[in-house]
Amino acid sequence: MTLVLEAAVLGVLTGGVYALMASGLTLIFGVMRIINVGHGALVVLGAYLSFAASRSLGLDPFLTLVITMPVMFLLGVVIQTIFIRPLRTDREALSVLVTYALALGIEGLLGYFFSANYVQLKAWYDTASFPIGGFRITYVYVFGFVLCLGILGVMFLVLYRTTFGASIRATMLNRTAAQLIGIDVDRVSAVAFGIGMATAAAGGVVFGITTAFNPGSHYDLISRLLTIIVLGGLGSLRGAIVAALIMLVSEDITAVVISPVWATFVFFVILVAVLLVRPQGLYGVRVRDRL
Amino acid sequence: MHRRLMAAAVAALGMTAMACGGTTNTPTTPAAPITIGVSISQSGDFSGDGKALKQGYDLWAQDVNKAGGLNGHQVTMKYVDDASSTQQVVTNYQNLITTDKVALVFGPFSSLLTIPASTVVDRYGYAFPEPAGGGPHVFDRGLKSVFFVQPAAVEDNLVSYTKWLLALPSGQRPASAAYATQDDPFTQPQVDKAKSLLEAGGIKTAYYKVYPAETTDFTPLALAVASSKADAVILGTQLPDAVAFAKTFIQQHYNPKTLIETTGPDQGAQFSDKLGANTDGIMVPAGWTADAKAYGNDKFVTEFIAAYGGTAADISADAAEAYSVGQVVDQATKKANSIDNQKLIDTLHSGTYNTIQGPMSFDSTGKPQGGVGVYIEQWQSGKAIFVYPTTVAAAKPEYPKNNWQ
Repeated sequence: MTLVLEAAVLGVLTGGVYALMASGLTLIFGVMRIINVGHGALVVLGAYLSFAASRSLGLDPFLTLVITMPVMFLLGVVIQTIFIRPLRTDREALSVLVTYALALGIEGLLGYFFSANYVQLKAWYDTASFPIGGFRITYVYVFGFVLCLGILGVMFLVLYRTTFGASIRATMLNRTAAQLIGIDVDRVSAVAFGIGMATAAAGGVVFGITTAFNPGSHYDLISRLLTIIVLGGLGSLRGAIVAALIMLVSEDITAVVISPVWATFVFFVILVAVLLVRPQGLYGVRVRDRL
Repeated sequence: MHRRLMAAAVAALGMTAMACGGTTNTPTTPAAPITIGVSISQSGDFSGDGKALKQGYDLWAQDVNKAGGLNGHQVTMKYVDDASSTQQVVTNYQNLITTDKVALVFGPFSSLLTIPASTVVDRYGYAFPEPAGGGPHVFDRGLKSVFFVQPAAVEDNLVSYTKWLLALPSGQRPASAAYATQDDPFTQPQVDKAKSLLEAGGIKTAYYKVYPAETTDFTPLALAVASSKADAVILGTQLPDAVAFAKTFIQQHYNPKTLIETTGPDQGAQFSDKLGANTDGIMVPAGWTADAKAYGNDKFVTEFIAAYGGTAADISADAAEAYSVGQVVDQATKKANSIDNQKLIDTLHSGTYNTIQGPMSFDSTGKPQGGVGVYIEQWQSGKAIFVYPTTVAAAKPEYPKNNWQ
């Protein structure tokens, strides 16, 4: 029983990290109607930037976010302007090709600069833990979860309490109508892509502390992130958070109670069951309407 | 007339000597350069191992060219990326053989990729010496063209370890063992064999789980292993899970008496830079170490450091295994006096070949025979060293393993 509880707590904590990574992906889809299959590569890029900053400046991995998040934001604006904005027709299909090419390009560049060797971010708290009840919780997961809460909280504030957030929500609701009322949707899209990349940097730092990674690590990551946003409802921030928690908690409990072989299967059973009842995902329509 | 006859006889003898150039290793006329094709994982899950394999192959090609070439042929290596994909590796070998028309092919990384690749390579009649595909299914299809260049078949990798554990005095021997392994043709057979040997020896199984190769979050599994409180932990891992399991054990303050991982701890600095002093006591089955006095090993280590930098501890066993493939092929082509693939296949099925992993020979399915076997390596004071069997041990095994720091 202790093991099940421990797995559930771990699922919640790591679920928060996946929620952060998936939030950028779902925001980008919501605003631009593009499927960014390169998002996993952006997370890995964020992890590498933190790795480089941590190694060269001797900074704590979490502190490197002060540098990497703005850098990734600017990079996102540039990438959106050069690669995504020119897609005027058939955006959803073409965006898959463009962002996949982007992922391969990032993987190649990272391989060139950092080699294919596995690396991992180091910090004093990566193996430190504290006892609670009958088990131990690792600091890094708690810190990661707190970081996710903070960043997701800021994102909600920006979206629901600022004029620019209203522009983003209007663009998510109806791109053409937003243009008609004078919103510069190209600017909104560029900033939204930048925000998506900045959250990828934040997710990347926790991913990089808890996992040994190399430039090819994005393949496994993107498949998980895509299933999270499908379950949550494409374009829904709330959905991404809930779905990430469902995925990680169900997988972790299944892994310890039954078998790791069945962990992914159980999640997909939940996914199929939800999609049968709500094809738009958990929060698909409602959140799009409200946003 | 007599002089003419003498001159003709001398000329004929000279021509005969040239034609029989096989008895000397270097033909008098330089032979045409050849290309050797390899599918390498430059991206995807095996990209770290792929890089090490390429380093080993490149170093061998450089050495063999300096020494006059492969049976007189200067060698160029051609690499194509398979992205660690079982489909792409097949396409790659097909293209290398039919489009690029390479003279020879060497193997990729892992049993997972070697199994589909070997089928297509065999179909074209090419020899397939390979450094990293030693799972049972590589051999049980009865292909005659595959040659696994490691000291023992994969399922025997943990046999030395089980012998050592079972030879411990009964009071010290672990009472229970926990096993977790990737669902992979390289890792699972060795863990399964170790489990059956240890169970037969009276060591109780406290936990056994197989996990999918695409698993990225190993923490729940590691928690389950830790909660079993087994004395011995035997893991079928690659590098990322080898590190992840160890880190979770440290976080949970779980100190098994012995911990062995099939791959990961043999990756030199790639492993130690993630765990620091906590590598101490972790074991790995290994057929090669930088300190071994095997054929050409000193030269390999010196040249590797000169070419790629770092220290001897940084050299991955993958690179040594790839280099050994070249050594075996070099000796076989000299013996056959040909680079013809069929002659190479026939030649490799007999005789013994010296490598930096020790001498080895192959049975009819390409499984290594009569080799030196696989030893146990253990991290002690920041270095991975042989600790068993005693004939090669540089130190006594640290048992029970020290607590995590």
